[in-house]
Amino acid sequence: MLDDFFIRSIIGGIGVAMVVGPLGCFVIWRRLSYFGDTLSHSALLGVALALLLQINITLSIFITSILVATALLLLQRAQKLSSDTLLGLLAHSSIALGLIALSFMTWVRVDLMGFLFGDILSITKTDVFVIWIGGLIILCLLILMWKPLFAATVSVEISEAEGLFPHISNFIFTVMLALVIAISMKIVGVMLLTALLIIPAASARNFSTSPEQMAVIATFFGICSVFIGLYSSLNFDFPAGPSIIVGSLLLFLITILKNLFFSR
Amino acid sequence: MSENQNKLIALENAGVMKNRKWLVRGITMSVSPGEIVTLIGPNGSGKTTTAKIALGLLNVSEGTAERKNKIRVGYVPQKLQIDWTVPISVSRFMSITNKISNKDKEFALSLTDTRHLAREEMRGLSGGELQRVMVARAIALSPQLLVLDEPVQGVDFRGEETIYNLIEETRKTIKCGILLISHDLHMVMSATDRVFCLNGQICCSGTPNFVANTPEFRELFGERMAKSLAVYKHNHDHEHRIDGSIKK
Repeated sequence: MLDDFFIRSIIGGIGVAMVVGPLGCFVIWRRLSYFGDTLSHSALLGVALALLLQINITLSIFITSILVATALLLLQRAQKLSSDTLLGLLAHSSIALGLIALSFMTWVRVDLMGFLFGDILSITKTDVFVIWIGGLIILCLLILMWKPLFAATVSVEISEAEGLFPHISNFIFTVMLALVIAISMKIVGVMLLTALLIIPAASARNFSTSPEQMAVIATFFGICSVFIGLYSSLNFDFPAGPSIIVGSLLLFLITILKNLFFSR
Repeated sequence: MSENQNKLIALENAGVMKNRKWLVRGITMSVSPGEIVTLIGPNGSGKTTTAKIALGLLNVSEGTAERKNKIRVGYVPQKLQIDWTVPISVSRFMSITNKISNKDKEFALSLTDTRHLAREEMRGLSGGELQRVMVARAIALSPQLLVLDEPVQGVDFRGEETIYNLIEETRKTIKCGILLISHDLHMVMSATDRVFCLNGQICCSGTPNFVANTPEFRELFGERMAKSLAVYKHNHDHEHRIDGSIKK
């Protein structure tokens, strides 16, 4: 079954959609879309380092994301600049550094477009395997941590005062975000990853009355986007990664229409 | 430290420094079960900082801050900084940190006249309603220590009275210690056991009546406030004549 590239793409895409749905909800609840963007931009630096040091690309992206998140924390303490500024600084510096590093490595042929915008159709069996293992780890962590993570999202102060250790759940959240970036690079690439996190979640908001419901609906929209993207790519020869994002955009627009016409 | 054993929280000469400036310094205070302790002071005097030290949200730069082991806390912060894209009902908000049965939720909400809001989304609430719901949530936890940071901001006049009566009632029913930050000095005078008047440090402390008569308090809050309080909190060791003068 996994011998067909299209089946592999669909299974890989679904694996990613399952985790970006709920994580994306936390990203928009916590107003972290720019943070997610910064981490995914830094993935390009991760790719460059992987090629340079001859290590696994997924692992390298994961580690680079964590390092960039740590750098952000340290800069926030040492600098009086706003997080917004620091995030912009880190995002684009790491992309620039990554591009320079890649340009120096004349001995490797790099498909830059693939890293930037995804290359889901060339997904291998190993890629699918990595996505599902990583995805299951994230889902398990998310279920285990749901309560303190959600409490910390509503109020860090209340959850700390009432004994829930929000800093631990916030740290684990960053790790989960780094992991999801590492495993979904192949699907939509560095530039479009944040869109996959926030658009399905944003679409789900209008239908949800509880956080869990929103996570499930976001996952559903994510899976729909993957189908829309991949089938339009197959039938109209669109690039797959961007098509998935456009698919999620279409769903988002439909939810807005629903809101306009059926608002209570 | 044996005398601190019954205390819920005890700060000893506590101070917090940030960016080479002392936010507060030399704070020695405690809260025991069944006691209402109130922090008053002008803006920026360190009331919220002191409460955060007591809760362990801020680490002390000097001195010590101790809390009873595994203490059950109910906290109403000054502000709830939440993005309202979070779909959360009032009822769900009640149990974000601890499981609370539906019965207890509804009972606590009815205490602050917000029972009808239980199924509403939090983002639709007015400022005063949100405040009442936060107070209800903290009380529903039946905490050993209740910390309320300006609990009546944005609440209308009648609601204020309800909440202040509720705070007094709660002390009696669940015998918790209460640390209250309040601008409303009338409340402070009527129900508080001890008042700490802050101005970056403790400028005076004691029973409300004692504090209201200290020169430091008059300095901070002005003669007019001090006088109005003195009238409010008469100890009935005197009578008011019709012309407003006082007969001892």
